[in-house]
Amino acid sequence: MTQETELLNVYIMGKSYQVPASLTIMNALEYAGYQLVRGCGCRAGFCGACATVYRIKGDYELKVGLACQTKVEPDMYLTQLPFFPAQKAEYNIRELKATAEQIAYYYPEIYRCIGCNACTKICPQDLKVMQYIGYAQRGQIDRCADESFDCVMCGLCASRCPALIVHYNVGILARRLYSRYLVPPAGHLQDRVTEIRSGKFDEDIAMLMTASADELKKRYNERDIEPE
Amino acid sequence: MTYTPQLRELLTRVEATRNKRLQGYFPRLMAAEKEEVLRKFHPDYIEASMRPLQVGVNTGDRVPHELADLLEARSRLENVRLDLEQLQYDVDVLVVGGGGAGAAAALLAQEQGANVLLLTKLRFGDANTVMAQGGIQVADKANDSPAVHYLDVIGGGHFSNVPELVRALTMDAPAALRWLEDLGAMFSKEDDGTMKSIHGGGTSRKRMHFARDYSGAEIMRTLRDEVRNRSLRVVEFCAVVELLLDEGGRAAGAVLYNMETGEYEIARAKTVILATGGSGRLHYQGFPTTNHYGATGDGLIIGYRAGARLAFMDTIQYHPTGAAFPPQILGLLITEKVRGLGAEPVNIDGEQFVHPLETRDVESSAIIREIKDRGKGIVTETGMVGVWLDSPMIEIIHGPGTIERELPAMVRQFNRFGVDIVRDPMLVYPALHYQNGGLLIEENGRTNIENLYVAGECAGGIHGRNRLMGNSLLDIVVFGCRAGRDAGARAAGVRVGKLHLEHVTAYHRQLEANGVLTAGRVAPLLLPRYTHRSR
Repeated sequence: MTQETELLNVYIMGKSYQVPASLTIMNALEYAGYQLVRGCGCRAGFCGACATVYRIKGDYELKVGLACQTKVEPDMYLTQLPFFPAQKAEYNIRELKATAEQIAYYYPEIYRCIGCNACTKICPQDLKVMQYIGYAQRGQIDRCADESFDCVMCGLCASRCPALIVHYNVGILARRLYSRYLVPPAGHLQDRVTEIRSGKFDEDIAMLMTASADELKKRYNERDIEPE
Repeated sequence: MTYTPQLRELLTRVEATRNKRLQGYFPRLMAAEKEEVLRKFHPDYIEASMRPLQVGVNTGDRVPHELADLLEARSRLENVRLDLEQLQYDVDVLVVGGGGAGAAAALLAQEQGANVLLLTKLRFGDANTVMAQGGIQVADKANDSPAVHYLDVIGGGHFSNVPELVRALTMDAPAALRWLEDLGAMFSKEDDGTMKSIHGGGTSRKRMHFARDYSGAEIMRTLRDEVRNRSLRVVEFCAVVELLLDEGGRAAGAVLYNMETGEYEIARAKTVILATGGSGRLHYQGFPTTNHYGATGDGLIIGYRAGARLAFMDTIQYHPTGAAFPPQILGLLITEKVRGLGAEPVNIDGEQFVHPLETRDVESSAIIREIKDRGKGIVTETGMVGVWLDSPMIEIIHGPGTIERELPAMVRQFNRFGVDIVRDPMLVYPALHYQNGGLLIEENGRTNIENLYVAGECAGGIHGRNRLMGNSLLDIVVFGCRAGRDAGARAAGVRVGKLHLEHVTAYHRQLEANGVLTAGRVAPLLLPRYTHRSR
């Protein structure tokens, strides 16, 4: 908790509560007495569990934010999005092609985009969501992967889409296609796997496993460190 | 909340020393100096913070009070009427926990032909995995080898690690990363496919691989997507409150608790894998934590009650750089990658006082010393004290745009509260980060209880008394896969006997016989309580 500062009024699902003005929405819900089960995850802006929809009294506009990353404001009407029943295609990642047709096969609705940009406007991560759907439509899978990378899959975009697109599931398909098919595999990694299977390091490891504590300490303290 | 004019005044001292710091090289501590700073300033060395357990297989071993309180507590099932024959689920492999280790275990168990059920008390993927920003250690470069990695791991763990577990960790690492690459996880690479890699605290080679600063998130969302592609059964908002054993004393299922309806259900299984994660939300010694909301150590409690052995539970990892400012993100993890890229800890006078890449326990202790012993911390208006972490140095070293490109999550998290880490340093203080110990496992994740496996942060022995950065994302994949593979294959040969909860009754009797006062405590905790009334 931070210092007790001034209190302000918020409405949690319509009910009025006085909470310290310095709190995040999540802390305010808890301050008001809620022990969260849904709508709370990593508490650090990574997991997308706490998507929150709010409106300020007197304003018609609906706003959104992650509850753990957004400060309370006076007269906020708050509710959380505990779950969104989005469709996810099932696919075998090893049998796909990195093409627009492949994405369209699983998610044909991306071509129904009407360009309203509601997804981009609502994204709490400030991603250009409509833009990355556009890249997917045109088969620019690398750009779709890049643009969607910071997505936390909170579901707010899909909740607003009049074309019923599930943007975040398109994003992860694009990222997996890009990483598996469009980027060269790391040759040095595969080589190392092969070396290990051939037993190249067995002797070195066995020697370390049987070394005395003093011998290990000596080797550790004298080991060379790659310059930064 | 941006920096106050007073803090801004202090920032000029940090800016004034940048050129000098850029020219000079701050030496790493010698072995004796490390021991001294640990002994005097590491929170684990505060005698009064722990007590010996009075019940169970580890009786006499010291653990933090907050954990002892839960181990010395009563079952949630006391006075609950249950029909253990009324099976809601009857499967081959039961995986408890929906983080990285649980997901990896479920995939590998299914690949052995097993019928798998994965349970998680929050959403699938709500776990510390998703928050790990820094990276994953793999010895895959020409100047590196599993043996070099091994020496770093065991030295970082103060030579206390279980050697067979370190071998498994370091020798499996390249195959684990290759598996993730093949699944389409988007690691940061050069154009020719070479994995980018940098140093982490305590590494002797640049072997920290990463996916921008969403490394754990990228691994988690890839594994979760893969689990969902394979029609693997996942039940969310479903906790496990006790393990079930059969007449042979073998793990054979669990009692489940629906987090929303409050109903109990029974699952029978041939093998059980606990992948419930860590315990930072117990707030040992009152520290803020970087951990996920669900990190309440449930697996430790139910495993211990069933007779599984704990190891290294007297060692907790404090991450050197939790956010000390702004107050809304107190304890937020500031990834070690920030230091890996060149940001240095700096005191109130703008002086560097420790090499930025000491092991986490040493780095944390040095920060605590700078504040408590030398009085060189920076006090914020809430009373929280910290030291600077000079992020603008990153751009001075690597060029403009580096922070935005390599640390987008960090930039976003601080910007939301008015701090621009490209222009200004952050204020940091150590935060409770990782449970070094856990339920003791062998190489395939088996415990001393037959058919009970543990993987991920809930397991103990791999990291000994201190884990290095980047070895946790590695550990969850390596040991998740190992436990899943072994438990999946083993299940085919298991015949489950009659289910019972006699171990729970016996545990209660032992509490009473030893005169342990449980004071109304029940465990596992399942969720922390942060409501107004309980503060």
